[in-house]
Amino acid sequence: MILKPRTLFSILALLTAIAPGASFAQTYPAVTLLNVSYDPTRELYRDVNLAFQKKWLSEKGQTIEIRQSHGGSGKQARSVIDGLEADVVTLALAHDIDMIAEKSGLIFRNWQKRLPRNSSPYTSTIVFVVRNGNPKGIHDWADLARPGISVITPNPKTSGGARWNYLAAWGATLKAGKTESDAKALLASIFKNAPVLDTGARGSTMTFVERKMGDVLIAWENEALMAKELPGGSGLEIVVPPRSILAEPAVALVDAVVEKRKTRAQAEAYLNFLYSKEGQELAARHHFRPGDPEVMARYAAKFPKTGLFTIDQVFGGWAAATKKHFADGGIFDEISRK
Amino acid sequence: MNATREPLQRVQATGGKSRETSDSTGMRRSRAASAAAVRGGLILAAILVMGWLLILPLAVVIGEALKLGVRAYLDAIRSPETVAAMKLTALVVAVTLPVNVLFGLAAGWAIGKFRFPGRSVLVTLLDLPFAVSPVVAGMLFVFLYGRTGLFGPWLFDHNLKVIFAVPGVVLATLFVTLPFVAREVIPLMESAGNEEEEAARVLGAGFWPIFFRVTLPNVKWALLYGSLLAAARAVGEFGAVSVVSGHIRGETNTLPLHIEILYNEYQFQPAFAVASLLSLFAVISLALHVLLEKKRLTGTAKRGLA
Repeated sequence: MILKPRTLFSILALLTAIAPGASFAQTYPAVTLLNVSYDPTRELYRDVNLAFQKKWLSEKGQTIEIRQSHGGSGKQARSVIDGLEADVVTLALAHDIDMIAEKSGLIFRNWQKRLPRNSSPYTSTIVFVVRNGNPKGIHDWADLARPGISVITPNPKTSGGARWNYLAAWGATLKAGKTESDAKALLASIFKNAPVLDTGARGSTMTFVERKMGDVLIAWENEALMAKELPGGSGLEIVVPPRSILAEPAVALVDAVVEKRKTRAQAEAYLNFLYSKEGQELAARHHFRPGDPEVMARYAAKFPKTGLFTIDQVFGGWAAATKKHFADGGIFDEISRK
Repeated sequence: MNATREPLQRVQATGGKSRETSDSTGMRRSRAASAAAVRGGLILAAILVMGWLLILPLAVVIGEALKLGVRAYLDAIRSPETVAAMKLTALVVAVTLPVNVLFGLAAGWAIGKFRFPGRSVLVTLLDLPFAVSPVVAGMLFVFLYGRTGLFGPWLFDHNLKVIFAVPGVVLATLFVTLPFVAREVIPLMESAGNEEEEAARVLGAGFWPIFFRVTLPNVKWALLYGSLLAAARAVGEFGAVSVVSGHIRGETNTLPLHIEILYNEYQFQPAFAVASLLSLFAVISLALHVLLEKKRLTGTAKRGLA
């Protein structure tokens, strides 16, 4: 026998006695914040957190630690509802924060009015990524529907990013003075041109950049700009269509959590920091369109002007758009059956 | 009664099979040539499939991990977040393993040595974690311990964090690993019967001496084998843990979750470097697995003869 059973037994018994106690005793250092965010903001918040830590320490003399959680925006909202104790949420859609407010009451319902610009410190839009030299001549949404063009986009059933792509194509068609049936035909052709539908936006970027599939990737502008910086991304070009949708990622303080953890002052300062010149500069550097006109002017070359419409203007908000297009039996189901 | 005997019979059947096949091929020498061809073909196919599905991916993991050199590899492994993920994974194993051993022994002892009403229900229930998808298991814990779950409000009132914290990760892993030790120990406990224990009792031994000197030595290899399987699963579990972890960097990410995050951040080389750690663990446990399997089977065979 390798170990005397008696010894083995007592070691195991000891471990069993100690371990759960140790894991339950989870204490927070003096000040920590938990920022529950969505997927494409990992790099942005890594820099924002460092800058804010430095600023808070020099101004208030207090060390602050900011922990991050990333995932799909809808899933993250669900986790906050189920008890993930976020001090602040920085999610892809106002709708996801509305869901938290509605289903859990952890956030006051007027949250969107509490910060400037509908609580969206930075924005983005939907653009095209093409191969070097744009060999297929892709300039506008209609080009994606041409026969023989291979389009990479995630699945609108599972991906928020894919829904933005879909709604951008639909809205741009309407804004160009065409009808809903034109829009429906365009989207049917685009999805017919899609060889795969990944479950998330990151997956699609991988498919296009790493696996070199497809002629064009429909993506967030911030993802597209970052993809260009990847080792495999040097041969990529970004095409900003003449009309696209304005994506407004939203941020909010989770009232119930900051009250309980007594972190309201820090959490408020953190969110305000996103609106400061420094925060806006960081957002721009990480490929999000800054809302501050002065900072935006400095990055005009990076973010070309284009005809942007909001989801409220064209679709009457997320709830209405979801019901009409993405619910079971909605228009997306209809066109993907063809 | 019949139903509960089944696992034991299966073990014996697989134990005896190899001898039986070699006997029958030996008897039919006329068909030996074609049998050899079929056998060769099957072996070749097995090797090809193994190479394609197992060896190639493993080679890719190691190749990608070392693509940027040993220094980059070490940097990836020593990064604070990777170290935190390793520590958490180690903690998870350190908690789940003893619990599994205790539970497995207790369940194995009760089910293997005694007949009582509800015994077959218990055996079936034991397999529940294998039957339930890990994602569903994770969601069960959210429903139980989440803020709006069954115990959630009480836990949150008392500031006890289960879900989206380390205890949740441990609980979810416990759930998916629970059957491993018990499944291994039960058939042995059953086949050993009660004779040796009865003899010991007649000779005047008390409960604990009987347990430590008779019962436990009889199942020690199965116990270690089951623990190994449980540890391997605990280290590698993704689905259930992913649901309850909350994905807080450096805090509630186990190694598999950390790998996914690195990959999603386009950090391919670090992702593969961390993945190579898990692969290394897998290879080691595989080697131990082979060793224990041998010990366990010879143990069973010996008892079968006696």
